[in-house]
Amino acid sequence: MDRIPILKMGRFLLVTIQVDMHDRLALTLQDDLTERIVKDGTRGVLIDISSLEIVDSFIGRVLGNIAAMSRVLDAKTVVTGMQPAVAITLVELGLTLPGVRTALNVERGMELLQGELDQEGLATVETDADPQG
Amino acid sequence: MLIRKADARPLRNEDDVVFSRQAVRSWAVEIALSLVDQTKLVTAASELARNTVVYGGGGTLTLEQVEDGARRGLRLVFEDQGPGIPDIERALQDGFTSGGGLGLGLGGAKRLVNEFHIDSRPGEGTRITVVKWK
Repeated sequence: MDRIPILKMGRFLLVTIQVDMHDRLALTLQDDLTERIVKDGTRGVLIDISSLEIVDSFIGRVLGNIAAMSRVLDAKTVVTGMQPAVAITLVELGLTLPGVRTALNVERGMELLQGELDQEGLATVETDADPQG
Repeated sequence: MLIRKADARPLRNEDDVVFSRQAVRSWAVEIALSLVDQTKLVTAASELARNTVVYGGGGTLTLEQVEDGARRGLRLVFEDQGPGIPDIERALQDGFTSGGGLGLGLGGAKRLVNEFHIDSRPGEGTRITVVKWK
């Protein structure tokens, strides 16, 4: 069965979508990612869509679902590399991907995820250091 | 309107939706639509092809390269013999869905093309025609 590979990098999961996805493949990715988030104790998911030539309402919904499910499982999602023509089309289609964080490229996406994780770490340390709360 | 070239292909399952996206892309490239217009047309085709498969129970996509005076364009006709759309006005509204989607399919597709026409009879089927001009 076709699957989109999920790579583990530290506490993050990386996915790059390189093929024109049929609907079933997108749903399989959604299921696989949710499972891996729990299994690997993932804190962040990065999905690179720079090779995707279109994002229609179905793929948009899947991206939104992945972001929502990972949020419930205490992980952040960032979608990177959207092509300008895809962005223009998405907005005209009426799809603004609410709840999905985006970054221009993989590098910035990783910085975003790492930054959030560092901030959380900082907040925990501060709470520990100050017993008065 | 002059039809310079035409081709019909089946829309039976979600693999056909992928193939039809690829066909529309290559026909759009052939008449040198801009990248943004290619993307809009392929996205609209994806929405409509999925509707034909999911709601229409399958059907056909006809691609036509058309010419009207000096301008060239692509006309896509999505046809099925499914249950039809009882209330077209309502089906075109954003947020309306009878399936599991976001309800952006029909109304969204309409915004992405230059011409959009629905012909649907309950119990007989649906034919949706769209045109994107260069």
